[in-house]
Amino acid sequence: MPQYFKNRDLVVPGDILAEGRFRAGENTYRLGGKIYATRIGLVEYGRGVVSVIALRSNYEPRIGDTVVGAVVDIDLGSWRVDVGAPALAILNVPDAIGESFKQEMALPEIFDIGDVVVARVVKLNRDGTPILSTLGPGLGRVEEGRLVRMTPTKIPRLIGKKGSMVNMILKETGCQIVIGQNGVILVNCRDKEMEDLVVQVLEKIENEAHTTGLTNRIYGFIREMKEKGRDE
Amino acid sequence: MSKKKLIVKGVRLDGRKWNELRPIKIEGGVLPNADGSAYLEQGRNRIIVGVFGPRELHPKHLAKPHKAVLRCRYHMAPFSVDPRRSPAPSRRDTELSMVIRNALEPALFLERYPRASIDVFVEILQADGSTRCASITAASVALVDAGIPMRDLVAACSAGKIDSEVVLDLNDIEDKEGEADLPVAYMPKLGKVTLLQMDGMLSPEEFDKALNLALEGCNKIYELQREALKSRYVKQGEGRSAE
Amino acid sequence: MKRKRISTALAQGKREDGRGLMDFRKIVIKKGILEKAEGSAEVWLGDTRVIAGVKVGVGEPYQDTPNQAVLTVNAEFTPIASPTFEPGPPDETSIELARVVDRGIRSSEAIDFEKYCIIPGKAVYVIFIDICILNYAGNLIDASALAALAALQSTKVPKYVAEGGEVKPLDASEPLELRDLPIAVTVGKIDGSLIVDPTADEEDVMGTRFTVTVNQEGNICALQKSGPEGLTLEEIRKAINIALEKAPEIRKLLMES
Repeated sequence: MPQYFKNRDLVVPGDILAEGRFRAGENTYRLGGKIYATRIGLVEYGRGVVSVIALRSNYEPRIGDTVVGAVVDIDLGSWRVDVGAPALAILNVPDAIGESFKQEMALPEIFDIGDVVVARVVKLNRDGTPILSTLGPGLGRVEEGRLVRMTPTKIPRLIGKKGSMVNMILKETGCQIVIGQNGVILVNCRDKEMEDLVVQVLEKIENEAHTTGLTNRIYGFIREMKEKGRDE
Repeated sequence: MSKKKLIVKGVRLDGRKWNELRPIKIEGGVLPNADGSAYLEQGRNRIIVGVFGPRELHPKHLAKPHKAVLRCRYHMAPFSVDPRRSPAPSRRDTELSMVIRNALEPALFLERYPRASIDVFVEILQADGSTRCASITAASVALVDAGIPMRDLVAACSAGKIDSEVVLDLNDIEDKEGEADLPVAYMPKLGKVTLLQMDGMLSPEEFDKALNLALEGCNKIYELQREALKSRYVKQGEGRSAE
Repeated sequence: MKRKRISTALAQGKREDGRGLMDFRKIVIKKGILEKAEGSAEVWLGDTRVIAGVKVGVGEPYQDTPNQAVLTVNAEFTPIASPTFEPGPPDETSIELARVVDRGIRSSEAIDFEKYCIIPGKAVYVIFIDICILNYAGNLIDASALAALAALQSTKVPKYVAEGGEVKPLDASEPLELRDLPIAVTVGKIDGSLIVDPTADEEDVMGTRFTVTVNQEGNICALQKSGPEGLTLEEIRKAINIALEKAPEIRKLLMES
């Protein structure tokens, strides 16, 4: 079972990762006994499985994902929400307010076009269209904050092991952060300077997600920037 | 008709040898609003590509129930050539948009995204010959940058015949005054040719030579694509990541 | 279902209409079928039916080629040709068709453009080839290229003279001089098999089509790969050899018509 790269090497689509009895894991495909990468990322050789941790990826929704998106259309009894998926997500009235739809309901008064919502993916239609719900703590319309886009596959890095990264950022900056698995992050801070700092931190994580010791480096970066801010 | 000499003492007008590519610069991730993007310079060609999707296709009746629709638009800016050209799409633009789409499609897993579209928009800011190849090379990098899964990169390069010689990577004057132009796109790891056109005249032997030369060019450009993609993650002395 | 029928036949080295992989359908060429056009022809390729008309006029040359005649090829898929064709401006398929036909004629230098210049920089012959698809049953490129060429063969060019910087028509005409007869041969790929002259059903399931245009001397004067699949180098070589073999057979038919 030859493998053609070292673990965690950077690979691009088309790179032949392995041959033989490996299973083709995430971001790979098998053709004629060989396993090829489909996205740019770090190759991982696990027990009998080869996969790539993608550094760039479009958003592929999964049930249970928390997503942040904008309402783009209103249908009869539902809203269409752009969460960056291959299809616009559907939010039906019962999943938004816990009541079934009635003709006299004024949907734009509940969610209007342009509203940003935090929602959960509760189902995927057969063609992959995500069905959303805004029922639950922390879900629903967002009134304030700043939206930042990241590559969806880097969200686990932003969260860190058992939330270590995001908790550290929350503690150090005092900001509120809502993380959408679709790569949209909602940042809400009391002062503008902290908000700018969090945006810089997110950018740094986006660019360095593939490196090691990231949490410590981000911690150092925040401390350094806060020092600088105080000196000025 | 007296034609200008295009090769003088074994050297082409821009100083290249017969088998030499023009200087190439590729950069991924240049447009913040696009899902993926790339900028490419090849000689005096200046090309920018933006990719969007997979996203819901509008108008809906164009959507396919079993796969995504790949849409490509090749467009030349009015100032990209001399004299100025009309910004309206020409018949040539329509054909090129189509062959670029055909060249990229074999690399994509369109069946994974039913009813969606993947949109590739190519803007030629300055044209200097072999722009369809340069567009494919750049679009391929932009697709990777968009994180859209691909079977392989698509690298493209032209060969042709000027002053009775088979040469690599035609520039504008070589394309216009030369005897044949053979644009080729290739998926190097899969060994598949995805674009192959020719105008002009070649004997079967010359065609073989030109095709092989173009493929050599594709392989070199493929390495440049890889470097461009990787350079964003390997820099500032961070070296390779390792656990 | 269609796909299965075609695949099953191909697996046995046959086509669903009984032809061999390398057989063309019956080709019928009629030249000079219209009076008002300077040249015309009709081609039947099996059930595919195409008419080409040539109109010759006088106009200004392009700025960058002041002493050369102007050639324009246009193709129209009429709505009567197939229930799936809709009237409207030319779409990418008809534009591609016209451009592939144009490329073959232009690259082979079949027409001596400099000969058809009247006053350099001011007046040259303008040759329009319009291709009209009357019935679509596959392989429009080969049929159209053949019809265009047959129409050119039948073309009578009205004579003009330059008199004191002015162009004056004479009441006379002479046959258009053709220096070459470029023949387009389109090879299709289905399930890894290469075939010539695909039907409409075969085109529906075909991953790739590859047109090779061959001139009288056996040189290649235009190539066009189309469709969403790639070709291996081996397939390209095979297709070229098929075209080199088939083109002279079709050219012979054209000359005998």
